[in-house]
Amino acid sequence: MRYLYYPGCSAEATGKAYDISTRAVMEKLGVELAELDDWNCCGATSYFSVRELDSFAIAARNLAIAQQMGDDELCVICNACYTTLAKANRYMAEDPKVFEAVQGALGAVGRTYDGNVKVRHIMDILINDVGLEEFGSHVTRRLTGLRVAPYYGCQFSRPMGAFDDVQMPTTMDRLFEATGADVITDFDAKTDCCGGMMMLTRSDAALRLCHELLTCAKQGGADVIVAACPLCEINLEAYQPRVNKTFGTDFDIPVMYFTQLAGLALGVDPKKLAIDKQIVSCDRVVAAIPA
Amino acid sequence: MTELATTVEAKELHRQFTEDVMSMPGGEKIKICQQCGTCTGSCPTSYLMDWGPREIIAAFRAGMTDRVVKSNTIWLCTSCYYCTVRCPAGIKITDLMYELKRIAIKYDLVPKESKNPAMTKYFIDSVHRHGRNHEVELMARFMLAKDWGLPFKFMGTGMKLFTAGRLPLGATNIRGREELDKISAYLEAQEAKAK
Repeated sequence: MRYLYYPGCSAEATGKAYDISTRAVMEKLGVELAELDDWNCCGATSYFSVRELDSFAIAARNLAIAQQMGDDELCVICNACYTTLAKANRYMAEDPKVFEAVQGALGAVGRTYDGNVKVRHIMDILINDVGLEEFGSHVTRRLTGLRVAPYYGCQFSRPMGAFDDVQMPTTMDRLFEATGADVITDFDAKTDCCGGMMMLTRSDAALRLCHELLTCAKQGGADVIVAACPLCEINLEAYQPRVNKTFGTDFDIPVMYFTQLAGLALGVDPKKLAIDKQIVSCDRVVAAIPA
Repeated sequence: MTELATTVEAKELHRQFTEDVMSMPGGEKIKICQQCGTCTGSCPTSYLMDWGPREIIAAFRAGMTDRVVKSNTIWLCTSCYYCTVRCPAGIKITDLMYELKRIAIKYDLVPKESKNPAMTKYFIDSVHRHGRNHEVELMARFMLAKDWGLPFKFMGTGMKLFTAGRLPLGATNIRGREELDKISAYLEAQEAKAK
């Protein structure tokens, strides 16, 4: 198995550990990842505030490169990149005006894109292409007894719903059940919003959302929260002290990228999963996993 | 934020927004909103809004687009898409919020306390400069321009992230970064031509 891979901008900075652990997990599973050549920022939600077509065309430049490289699928790890890229595809397919405008814009830089590169979230690939049985067969350190809160965040399956339910996704639950972990399957806040970029523009609102999420995880007895998006991960993890200061709480819950914890179950060396980059120490999570 | 001087301007704003909404795929569904309030009930930030999404739609349909555009609502949308996936009428409410943001910026009707447009501007600047968003540059520019207190508030967090190597100072410049300017320039010219 081989996939063209789009790391996304956060993978070069705050979300480095997501990229590093993704590569390690896929290597362990025998899946080759080839990085998309000269990829650009997906544009996230910013271009929607200027001109909707810009956001589609900027995102589509990546899909045009994928097509040029002879691929018809692109593996994406960040929820926001995934939704932005997949949304460009969907709107191009739904609206001939969008298709034509994107074609024109790409043509202005000597590129072309026919709308047929499928954008795939890494969870989609793990569940549907690798498969839970195959994934489970690679598990060498079962996460027995580890209470895992699967945090999907917003743009994992909303609004696309391509590989999981829009309101009640379960793929991450199933992935960690295959590792033998004690998954909090009724984690109520699993698709709630972390506040996203509002942590900087309206920190009061974002801190409150994080407070609710952390409270829910704590009530569920979580040993660790796993995330599938760099923004979710940083908000929930790095701002825990700020949440504590604002709400008088004492949260100290390890938060990891789901690929980091999956990597541990696959027996990957913690150093290769960049676990030392976490702000809330994950040593106790590593130590809790039976050898 | 400018004040709309006349009702003529307010009417023009309403006309334009209506036209834009109706040209969106599925945009006409706004006509069948039955005011059930599922959107507002699902919204994680509605408690801070002047008007919740349900009221935004009601006010728009009552011709009050000028007040809708000036509300803080559109700047509190986190793009979580809960309203969109739950709306029984299939109205793409998140996309409506984006459209309102575009109109507010275009007509300079952003409430002055809102910091989101600055964040958006610096984000796009960074992407066009490097081809990728340079997170450290974005945060630094935003804080310098909009919130001097932030570096102090988040000093501890910032130091920890820096020490963990999660805030690299150097940016990655892609080879095709000039293509992004050209893509935007092309679309801007097409838009101008259409008018």
